[in-house]
Formats: sequence, C-alpha cells, structure tokens
Amino acid sequence: MGRYSASFVSCVSAFGAAFLVQTAHAQAARDYISIVGSSTVYPFSTVVAERFGRTTDFSTPTIESTGSGGGFKLFCSGVGVQYPDITNSSRRVRQSEIDECADNGVRDIVEVKIGYDGIVLANFNGAPMYRLTREQIYLALAKTVPDSAGSGLIPNPYVSWSDIDAGLPNVRIEVLGPPPTSGTRDAFVELVMLAGCEAFPVIETLAGDERDAACFTMREDGAFIEAGENDNLIVQKLEANPTALGIFGFSFLDQNQDKVQGSLIGGISPEFDSIADGSYPVSRPLYSYVKKLHVGEIPGIEEFLAELTSEAAWGDFGYLSDRGLIPLPQAERQAVLQAVQGLENVSLSP
Amino acid sequence: MSSRPRGVKERVAEGIARRYRRERNFRLAGLGAVLVGMTFLGFFFYTLIGNGYTAFLQTHIRLDVELSADVIDPDGERDVQALGRADYQGVIRNALRARFPDVTSRNDLRELFALVSPGAGFELRSDVLSDPELVGEALSLWVVADDDVDMLIKGHIDRAADESQRRISDSQLGWIEQLEADGSVSRRFNHRFFTSGDSRDPEMAGIWSAVVGSFFMLLVTLALSFPIGVATAIYLEEFAPKNRWTDLIEVNINNLAAVPSIVFGLLGLALFINIFGLPRSAPVVGGLVLTLMTLPVVIIAARAALMSVPPSIREAALGVGASKMQTIFHHVMPLAMPGMLTGTIIGMARALGESAPLLMIGMVAFIVDVPESPLDPATALPVQVYLWADSPERAFVERTSAAILVLLAFLLVMNATAILLRKRYERRW
Repeated sequence: MGRYSASFVSCVSAFGAAFLVQTAHAQAARDYISIVGSSTVYPFSTVVAERFGRTTDFSTPTIESTGSGGGFKLFCSGVGVQYPDITNSSRRVRQSEIDECADNGVRDIVEVKIGYDGIVLANFNGAPMYRLTREQIYLALAKTVPDSAGSGLIPNPYVSWSDIDAGLPNVRIEVLGPPPTSGTRDAFVELVMLAGCEAFPVIETLAGDERDAACFTMREDGAFIEAGENDNLIVQKLEANPTALGIFGFSFLDQNQDKVQGSLIGGISPEFDSIADGSYPVSRPLYSYVKKLHVGEIPGIEEFLAELTSEAAWGDFGYLSDRGLIPLPQAERQAVLQAVQGLENVSLSP
Repeated sequence: MSSRPRGVKERVAEGIARRYRRERNFRLAGLGAVLVGMTFLGFFFYTLIGNGYTAFLQTHIRLDVELSADVIDPDGERDVQALGRADYQGVIRNALRARFPDVTSRNDLRELFALVSPGAGFELRSDVLSDPELVGEALSLWVVADDDVDMLIKGHIDRAADESQRRISDSQLGWIEQLEADGSVSRRFNHRFFTSGDSRDPEMAGIWSAVVGSFFMLLVTLALSFPIGVATAIYLEEFAPKNRWTDLIEVNINNLAAVPSIVFGLLGLALFINIFGLPRSAPVVGGLVLTLMTLPVVIIAARAALMSVPPSIREAALGVGASKMQTIFHHVMPLAMPGMLTGTIIGMARALGESAPLLMIGMVAFIVDVPESPLDPATALPVQVYLWADSPERAFVERTSAAILVLLAFLLVMNATAILLRKRYERRW
C-alpha cells in the first residue's frame, strides 16, 4: 500500500495542478447572458430565460438573485465579460446608481419596464377578511403615531385592531413582513406607510428628517415581526396562526388562494384586474436594465429582449401573467417596446 | 459521638442504595437525551419523507397525438433544422382539442391547454428529433401534466374547495375527471427529477445540473485540498522544528477550521473573481473557496492520523537504514492513510452541504443548462434546495423535500464510506 498511497498523492496533485493551469485561461469570451438583481423579478425573469434557452440556439441565461441594490452594484462595476449584462430591479434606478455606472464606464443603460407587482396584506382564509385603509395600517405598524388630539407624536399605543377602529376585529395586532433588505419592504413602506402617515395633519408640521422617521419606522414591540425574505414561510406561518397578517407579493397570494386571502385596502381587493388598472393602491413597477455596450458583444441580448417584450411573454395573456406578473397597459407596452428596440438610454427626467 | 453509632453495615447499605440510585438517574438522563435527539431526527425524516416522496412520481395524461407530416415537416425532407422548428406544443394542443371537441371558446381553450405542461412540446420535439421516423404516425403518448394538475391529483389541492380558492377551475376539474374516468391520468416515475436541470415549471425541474455542479466543485476541492493538506500535515508533523513559528501556524490552522464559511465566500469573491478574474458562478471558483474551507479540517485530521502511528515504526525503519523520506512514505503514511482519507471524506461531506460561501461567488443562480466543465456556470445541491424553497409554485414544496433527501443520501454514502474505511484499515496499537 506504501507505493500506492504515494502514487495516489502525486496523481491527485498532478490533477490539481492541471486544474490551476486550466483556470488561468478562464478569462475567455462568455457565450451566455448573465443577469443579476431583484428577487421579486427573479421568478419572472427566469421563466423568460428558460423559454429563450429552449426555443433558440443561444445558451440559457444565468440569473442570480442578489436583490435590487446588489444587482446595480454588480451591474455598474464595469464593462466586460466578467460583469453582468442585465440587472433586474423592483424599483427604478437611482441617479446615484447611474452616476456610479458612468464612473465605471457603463455609460448607456436601456430601461425595460416589464410589468407591475402587487403587494398584499393577507391572512388565513378561515378567519374573517380584513378591510383596512392605509391610515389604519400606518397606525397599526408605525413606531410612533399621532396622538388622538393631533398635536404630537406618541409611542404606538394600539394593541388590537379594534383600538384603532371599532369596526375592526378585536384581535391583537400581529403582522409578519419582510426585513429592511427586501425590495418588498421598501415598496410597502413607500406605498402604504408613507401614504398612510401623510393623511395626518400633524405630520405636515414636522421637518424632513423627523417626518421620515415618523413615517418609515416600523414598531419594534412585537406587533410587526420581520419574518425573513422567504414568502412561502410567511404563508405557512399565517396558516399556523389565524390571527396574524402577512405582507408579501401578489404571486404568492395567487398560488395559495386556498390557504390565505388578501385584505381589502381602501375598499379594493388585491386581484389581477384591480392591480392592472391601478385601482388597488399597493403596486409597483418592475424593471430590467440592460448594458448597451454588451449588446453585440455577448450573443443573444437583443433576441432575449425581443422574447421578454413579446406579447407571448408580457402580454395580457402572456406566460408571465400566468406567474402573477401584472401586464403594463397596451399603450405603455408599445412605448417601452419602441424604446427597447431603439436601445434608448434611460432618462430619469419626468 | 453522642449517640451510639449505627452499624457500619447499615451505613454502607444505605450508601450503596444511594449510589445505585444516582447511577440509575444518570443513565436515565442519558437515555432521555438520546431519545430527545432521536425524536427530533425522526420528526425531521418524517416531514421530509412525508413531503418529499410524492415528488418522485409525476402525473401524466395520455393523449392520442397525431404527428402529421403536414404540420411537422411540410417540406417532407426530414431535415433536422425544419423538424426542430415545428410547433410541437401545437401538436399536443390539437390532441387535447380532439379529445374534448366541444370546447370552443378562446378562454375555455386556454384553460384546456393549461392542463398539459408547457414542457411537453419540448419533450415531443426531442423524441421526434432522435427518431424522425415518428413523423406521420399517430401515437398514444403519456405527456407531462401541468404542476397544478399534478398537485390536484396528489391531493394538495382540495377538489371540494370553492372555485375561487383553487388554481384549478371547475371546467378544468370536469375535464380531469373525464380523463381519470377512462384511465388517461396516471402517476408515473418522475425521471426528469433526476435527469434535467432547473426549470421554473416544477414538473420539468430536476436536480441533475445541481448534482453535476456539486460534483465538479468537489472534484476541484478534492484535487487541491487532499494533496496540499496531506503535504502540510507531513511537513508540520515530521519535518518542521517545534518553535514559535510552527506554534503560530498551528494555532492559525485550528482557528481557520472554526471560521464561518461565509467569510471564505467573501475571500473567494475578492481574490478569485475580482483579482484573478475567474468567471462568476463557475464550479472551479466554488471548488477553490471550498478548498480554503476544508483545508484546515484535512490538515488537522491528517496530523492526528500521523501522530497516532507509534514512534517504534519510525525508529525501526530508521534503524534498518531507511532515509527519513523513505520512512515516511513507505512506513508511516500507509499506516496513517485510512485516518487521512476519513478526515478528507468528512471534510468533503461538509463541503457538499455548504451553500453560504457560494452566495458570494454567484452560484446561487438559476442555471438550466447542465455544466460540461468546471468553468461553465453551475449551481450546487444545497443551493438548489434554497432556490426551490423560495419559489411560489406549490409543487416546488415536495421537490424541495425530495432534493433534500437526495442530498442526505449523498452525505450518508460519503460518511458511511468514511466509517467503512476506518473500520477496515484502521490499526490500533
């Protein structure tokens, strides 16, 4: 066995050396599209990528779920095969990100608005359905709320929903939601908490920073529970705890209609049609951003964009709508399509 | 001594009873700990197998598919390019239409077509491409059902529920019941789960690309960590002088073995991707990162194995005139090899189950194509589990559990190999 083990070791090390040599050549061309970005867009982007890989001769794009901010960071790092070609985002690109991109040579970015995603507040469907307004949600979840006289802010005193409005059930406030790193949380805070808090006159009197703190800070006394990024987990917890509410994306409600029900917000139920026509107030647009300098360098980017913006994908009855993406209105689709075909640069001016 | 002391015998008897009682209690506590542990393990396996076993079966629908030459190969040349472009999903849709001729409205047809997986057409396509003789024939095919149908047949969607609360409409339910009545719905072995890559259609998703990715990664890890680890151990144990420097190195190695794995991921991102410019999402980078992670474990195990070889072996070899090198490679290493291999396999098993460091180097990604070399983008088994657990489609729940079962099976085989090696070759002195 002595000679065996010695030769085994030398054999394995030769193998290892061969690997290192091979990896030295790694910096070759890339023949697949590399996509990074938002975990909210991931389920939609992956479907398009899979179709694209199956129906064309191009390789299937790889898609990393890094979060919107992480996606821009990778995307804006530079131009070249080691940097991603497309980043997905559940919010619009910020001017600071465009500037950072430009600093690293990523000057031209094409924006593709792909559709809308609704955010729902849902509970176990064996329990009564909630009918809430954004002001009520704000009062239930903010760390500090306006006092009843409307003269100042006090730490959130509400224990059960009926404390806020006698018409709501007498059930302890318990809401499971995403952590601050999540794009869903950003959108929820902006679309629900901010809108809810601006309805109170006392907020208007505050200075910018104080106002942001009052509107954006979630309570930390156990009524709002950060339940992690995994929306499936929130659905399971709602099933186990019929008195709790959960915050997650519309596609998870769509897939679990037999377990959970979406609460009415401002009298509107979170449904496909109400999100599409904009009457359901809590929805946000989803975007893909494309590095123009990579078009033509990495094979298949234009064809991938064509697949993404085809009626079969993002249309009213496209396969993305089957996955819970709310399509853009017809006219807006046309406008985006033209911009994409012309590879027009993103501009943030209104 | 105020009172008359009790008899020594009585006191001893009392003490014995107490000591026995203590021992019994200690044993019971130990047994209780084992039982608690086993209960957790049992619960873990019960839920995993209970959730996961159904993923090994997949609902299929039997359809009479007509591969008419006019549709698939209008030129009649059996040209592979032309055959590849044909609309096979359309062929399957026509078969569904023929099966349910009274369905005519656009919306109803949409619901009808949704009974069959969008992947069914691709499978028919590859069938035809591999055997162009099929063109022109009428086949009775078992095509893959959509994941919602699969969930209904497996009982994860309640048929009695209100229509608005399930993803299968009443008319779809009616069609499925008709199909069931004439035996055209059946659950068959889900070979796709083992042979295909990831997919966003749960019924088409498989673990093969993740298995291949994990394999390439472990190959790189083994090829690097074993020789480097063993060489380090031999040097430190047999050649290196014992001084402050080797002490420092030893402390560092022991320390590294306890560093959280995500730190190695960050190191890998900074070193291999940003400085060396290796591609993202590649198993070779994953392997390098996992090498960094497993090296300390391998070194510690190899040193322990070398240390357990009695000095008499070395002295005897040196005594008959062997050089130090010969002593080590001819006498010490063969005896230490089972221990080294055991340590390496256990390190590999740990590397197989690791997902945190892979997050940083882009291996937590949607990868459909099966990687062909360690430089192709790939993912790994634990990452696949993580990605599926995060997917909205309900059919991914059972697939998540099934993938965990496969991962556990691999780990079990590796650890069993380690135990077997130890039992077979280990020598006690």
